[in-house]
This record gives sequence, C-alpha cells and structure tokens, in this order.
Amino acid sequence: MRIPCSPGILLMIVCAGSPVLLARQNPTLQGHPEDYVRADIEYGARVFTEQCAACHGETGDGVAGVNLRSGKFKNAVTDPQLRTVITTGFPAAGMPAFTLTPSELTGLIAYLRNMNTFDRGSSMAGDSTRGRTIFDGKGACLSCHRVNNVGSRKAPDLSDIGANRSAGSLERSLRDPSRQMFPINRPVHIVTRDGKVINGRRLNEDTFTIQLADEEGRLISVSRADLREYRVSTTSTMPSYEKELSAQELADVVSFLLSLKGQ
Amino acid sequence: MSRRRACALFVLAVALLSYRLHAQSIVTYDRLLNAAKEPQNWLTYGGDYSSRRFSPLTQITPANVKSLGLAWMYQSPIAGSWQATPIVVDGIMYLTQRPNEVVALDAATGRAFWVYRHQNSPDLVVCCGSNNRGLAILGETLFMGTLDAHLVALDARSGRPIWKTAVAESGSGYSITVSPLVVKDKVIIGVGGGEYGIRGFIAAFDARTGKEAWRFYTVPAPGEPGHETWEACPPKSETYCDPEAWKHGGGSVWVTGSYDPDLNLTYWGTGNVGPDYAHEQRPGDNLYTASVVALDGDTGKLKWHYQFTPHDRYDYDSVQVPVLADINFRGALVKALMWANRNGNFYVLDRATGKFLLGKPFVRVNWMSGFDASGRPIQTPQPAGMPTYPAIQGGSNWYSPSFSTRTQLMYVSAWDEQGQLFGASPLEYQEGRNFTGGVNQPFVPMAGEPTKAIPGAPAIQGLIRGPINNWTDAAGHGAVLAIDPSTGEAKWKFNMIDVTDSGIVTTASDLLITGGREGYLHILDARNGSLLWKANLGAQVRQNPMTYAVNGKQYVAVIAGLSLTVFALP
Repeated sequence: MRIPCSPGILLMIVCAGSPVLLARQNPTLQGHPEDYVRADIEYGARVFTEQCAACHGETGDGVAGVNLRSGKFKNAVTDPQLRTVITTGFPAAGMPAFTLTPSELTGLIAYLRNMNTFDRGSSMAGDSTRGRTIFDGKGACLSCHRVNNVGSRKAPDLSDIGANRSAGSLERSLRDPSRQMFPINRPVHIVTRDGKVINGRRLNEDTFTIQLADEEGRLISVSRADLREYRVSTTSTMPSYEKELSAQELADVVSFLLSLKGQ
Repeated sequence: MSRRRACALFVLAVALLSYRLHAQSIVTYDRLLNAAKEPQNWLTYGGDYSSRRFSPLTQITPANVKSLGLAWMYQSPIAGSWQATPIVVDGIMYLTQRPNEVVALDAATGRAFWVYRHQNSPDLVVCCGSNNRGLAILGETLFMGTLDAHLVALDARSGRPIWKTAVAESGSGYSITVSPLVVKDKVIIGVGGGEYGIRGFIAAFDARTGKEAWRFYTVPAPGEPGHETWEACPPKSETYCDPEAWKHGGGSVWVTGSYDPDLNLTYWGTGNVGPDYAHEQRPGDNLYTASVVALDGDTGKLKWHYQFTPHDRYDYDSVQVPVLADINFRGALVKALMWANRNGNFYVLDRATGKFLLGKPFVRVNWMSGFDASGRPIQTPQPAGMPTYPAIQGGSNWYSPSFSTRTQLMYVSAWDEQGQLFGASPLEYQEGRNFTGGVNQPFVPMAGEPTKAIPGAPAIQGLIRGPINNWTDAAGHGAVLAIDPSTGEAKWKFNMIDVTDSGIVTTASDLLITGGREGYLHILDARNGSLLWKANLGAQVRQNPMTYAVNGKQYVAVIAGLSLTVFALP
C-alpha cells in the first residue's frame, strides 16, 4: 500500500555543497565495505517510485526547498542516518515513518546516494513474471530450493528472501554463489561413528551438538562426540548463473526473488 | 553435462549416502487414532483422543524414580504464564511460547531446530495474558491458534507458514488460546473472550487449505434450539435487563476437547456466560454456556449437551478437559465422559447420549445442594455477605486431569476450602470492553467462625504467587484427588499448602506426575497417593506435565516459570 504523504520532506536538510561534505557522501570514503551495487540502485529506483515519488516527484525535487538529486543531506551523512530518516520520518514536516523491508531499505538508500548520476533510462528493469518463468524452468531452481511450500528442501527456502536480502546480494548470489553464501547455509557432511552419512545444512550449532536439516528437510540432531567426520564446505552446491543467464534474465530473476516477501 | 542432469546425479548420490537418524514420518489420521500405540510420542494436547493423559511408558517406576536427574532445560525468552503442553513426534518436540511463537526442539537435548514468530495484530483484547496452550499436527503440518484470532498452519520441517486464516475479530475481544484438535482432515478450534462479551463458537477448518468447514455457536441465535433459554426480559424490570443478551452471551472455548471415533462425536467444554456476574440482565439458563456439547465430527451438528451450571453467576467456566473411558459403573460397562468441573462437582455422563449418571462434589460446594432426577443442580445462592464455595477459580480449572486405565481412578488437581463473595453490577455491552459485571472479594474466614471474614487478610492470588506464602492454607488449599468414578468418592487425597494450576499425567508404572504453585514437581504413587519424589523448580507450574521417550529413554517434561525442565533416569 502506498503510504499517504503530505508535502513533507524525505530529506529536508539541504546544505551548501562544501567539498568536505561531498567527499563524506562518497560511500567509499565513508568506509563502506564496497560501492553500491547496480541491482540495489535499480531496485531502489522502483521503491522510490512506489513510496516516495508522490511527494518528492520522480526527479526528487517535488518538495519546495528539497532536491534529493543534489545528493547533499545535512542530517543524513551516513547510511545509518539516512535509514533512520526514512524509518522514523519527520512528523513535524509531514513526512511519515516508512515501514520497509531490509532489502527495500538497502535499495532505496543506494538509489538516493546515486540519484544524481544514475540514468534510469539505462536501467535494466527486471520483470518478476519473466523471472518466475526462468526460476521455474530454465534455472531449475525448484530442484534445490523451495518457495511457498513448493520445491525441494535441499537448499534454503526462499519464500521470504525478497524481504531479507538486498537486490545486490541476490544478484551476486546468482553470479557467484559461494562468495555470497551465509555461513549457516554452508553444506555439511557428517559421518557418524557407526558409519552413517548425513549431508545437509546447519540449523543450529553449539559446542557439543549440531542441529541440521538433511537433504529432504528432516530435522536431525547429533552429538559431536558421536561423529567420525564433520566437514563444512565453503563451496556452494549451487551453480553460477553468470554465463547461463543473460544480464536481462538475471535482472528478471532478481526481480522475482525480490517479490518473495513471505507471509 | 547439462546443469539439470548434474543436479539430478548429485541428488542421487546424496540419496544413496544418506541415513536417517530419526525415523520422522508424517502423522496420519490413523496415527492420531492409535496414538496410545506410540507411547514414545505425544501427538495431541491430551496425549490421545480420549484425553486421559495416561502414558503406557514404564521405564520410570516407583522403585527407580528417586534416581531421576536433569536431562536438559529450555528457557522461554518471554516472561509470563507459560501454559503450553508440548507435542512430541519421533524425537522432535514442538511447543508454543508466549505470545504466539512455535519452537521445534530436539526432544533428547533441548536444542532448537527452528522458531516461528507470529506477528499479532496491535488491537488485541485479551483478558488473562498472552496465553497459548499448544499445537496440533496432521501430516507434516502444525496448527496454532493466535491471540489475534487467526489459525496458522506451519510446515513442521521448516517452521514456515503454509496458510493463515482469520477466524474472528480480535478487536472485539476474540482470541484463540486453545490447542487445536485434529479430527480426520479438519482442525477444530474454539474462541476465547468470555470476559469481553463475545458470542462463542467452535469451528472446523480444512487442514490443507484453512477454509472453514463448519461452525457451531455456543450461544444459539433466535430460531435455533436452545435460544429459548435466553428468556425475555420482564416487562417492568427494576434492574437493567438486556433484551439481546445472547448477542454477547460468552460461551468461550479455551481448552481442547476430546473425540470418540466410534461415535464420531467430539466433546468440548464451554466457558462462562457474559456478563460473568451480572446475571439478572440475562434471564434464563443461557445455553450452551458452562456446558459440554457433543458435536458430530464431520458436520459440527449438536448431538447432545449437558449444562453443568445453568444461569451461571460465578464464572464457573466448563472448559475442563472431557476425559473419555469405558468404565464399570454400578455393574455395567459404560461409555463414560468424566468431568471434574470448575463448579466443584465431579460428573459422569454417558457420552453416547449425554445422560447424567453421577454428580458429586469433590471440594467444598455450597452454590448448590444436590441434583434433581434429571441431573440438574438444585441451586442455593448464598445471602449477601456470605461466601460461596468454590471461589472464582473453582474447584478445578483448565489444567488437565488424568485417568489411569490401570487404577481406574480419575486424578484431579483441586482447590478446596476457598470461598468468595460474589457481587453483581449490571452493565451495558460495549464492543471490546470488559464485560464481567461485578466485583468479587476473597473470603478468609476467622478461626472457628466460618461465616465471618478477617478483613484485609491476604488471600490466594488470582494468577501468580510470589516467593512468600502469607495467606497460608487458611484461605484454601490445593490437592490432588484420586476419584473413583463409579462412586464419585475420593480414594485418596494429596494435600498441598498452596493451590495448584498444574495438570496431571499418569503412567502404566503407576506414577502420577504433577506440580503446583509452590514450584514443586511431585511424583506420587497413583495407587495410594504417597509421595515418591519431588523437585523444587523455583517457579510455579501452570501447565500440564507430560512424558515421552526418544531412542528408548523415557523423559518427564514440565514447565515452571520460564523454564521447560526435562528429567530422565541416568
């Protein structure tokens, strides 16, 4: 649902463009681990259109005295500050607090940080319907993953992946699965002292025990003292789709994944 | 090699190598029907459809019980009364924690596999805390009712939601705290909210889709059988009388019913009438409140009913668990339904017909003096200023009793010798507002003068107790009673200083496992009530202890305070 807005101000706080502030706005100089990812910026552009453009305008200058494209935010120098502005709003100025998923917030911040240079015309907008077709068909993703109670239980359930992972993270996962794999999802291989072999994913772990789901999703708890072998692989069993899918197809799949918000 | 083929070969290779440590299999309806044949598991709220809470497990015995020790503990992250009974399926324990979270644990170690958190609506209106009493399972799907009156289906392997169905309006006072009951392919629940003027109902939902299959209102509408018991107001009533009292007549359902597959009848107890105490504004017996209703397992049609407390004015919810057993009763084998009611009477009914067979007080009772030939209580309201027995929390309440097929005795957690001064204050219904209509006072009698109270004397607390007992047994006391259902007489009684909100489980090795507000877990000899073993858990038990087994080892599980504590032999 679109959140009603007033002539309120998403980022009221326009300031003079001193070289220092411009430099501080640079995410790299801010100490961010990496630059903003194009997929996040593109997703953020869509979130902006849905949530912000009604007041701020598509070009970001719809509120008098506020120009989001200037890239100069007096009260939101860092990304956490910008996140706070979005999620708490400026009630006195008429801007409501926005409830967004982590992936939407990541995208919106990436877009706002790059609004002044990002060319929406060059954006490769993903289509979630096409992405679903690829997900179900060419990508054969359901042979390992599960979405809304359909598909295999071998790999993580993706029913709410769109609420929890950013567009950039999802795109990177498709291109280079092992680098993006969360440690909890690393494949484990277990051989018990009596020779039983279990392959699966960790759900929980402590000093003495491991709880995991095997390839069929069955819940298994083992004592470390009962294990002959316990291996955690840092290599994902998921193949890279870097060369398997075109850039447009990757964008489509990312778009579909971002639509999975869970119940 | 194509990607699809490579993936298929990988899966095949894994399948050839994999082993199962736990034989987790789906819980079919047939398994639910024969739950007693799986003593290692606990598949329903009451253990099986009879709700006897009788376990065939025998590893722990009167001879070795003193060797029990701590197996593991699990702490709830959320404070408050934790009333859930876990279910255990093939080595996995599923239980709810406040307010509407579900956790899957390794039943042998207590380590968690997954946690599901339901986000309740902010417009909740609940009378007595964020309670939830547990889950039901069918296939690989778990079912939970929520405080905001939803029914949620979860994937038992992952804890992910499969469907959610809005059952009623939480802002109007409806909630679901009851553990659901699965019958065939349907999930049956009832709604809470008896203190908010709801119109109670029991409803069944398709287990696969969540679509409502049938609904039985515990307060009949005009034209329906039973509505005549919501009598018209007198033409010139001197006090407030509500001409449409039935619309907010209560009859909540907040404890799980039972099921007889041979009769295809499911039995449910109903809660207090609304308003609880201002009874003059709702003339009549007020069916089907404070009753047991026997419903067709497929359609929800009413087969019979019995009202324990007609025109209730004491908040005597009849939400106790119906206990089903075939017993020898005065020389004949009877399909019995046994019930230790909040109103202080123990009942035996013929569960095929609803015929009243026996009613007898199991604690001090003065709101009635006996029964007429039809089984209707002869009510004796006390004069103003005189205490009524039992008090507002009743002779027993929502926590479960147990019936041992070995001893043929019904075991009941009881509150005895606790009196109450009931006061009525008429009030008009307002949606979502408290609708009890009275202020009540505890009654602590003077020594040797049972009709005179000691003003201001500490009395038994309503829901919680602190570490100091300054009310003592003079204000009433708790007990475990072993009742012979053929006579209604207690075979033995285990007295406690404080009262108890703990249910009971019995075993085929004649153990009786229970707790109380003092914080003890007691294990008694079910044959004679002698104390075999106890453990101080440090917080009151407000839940039904249960027992199960994993890999041949028997465990006893009990919740006290924020801790689920599990015991086993070395």
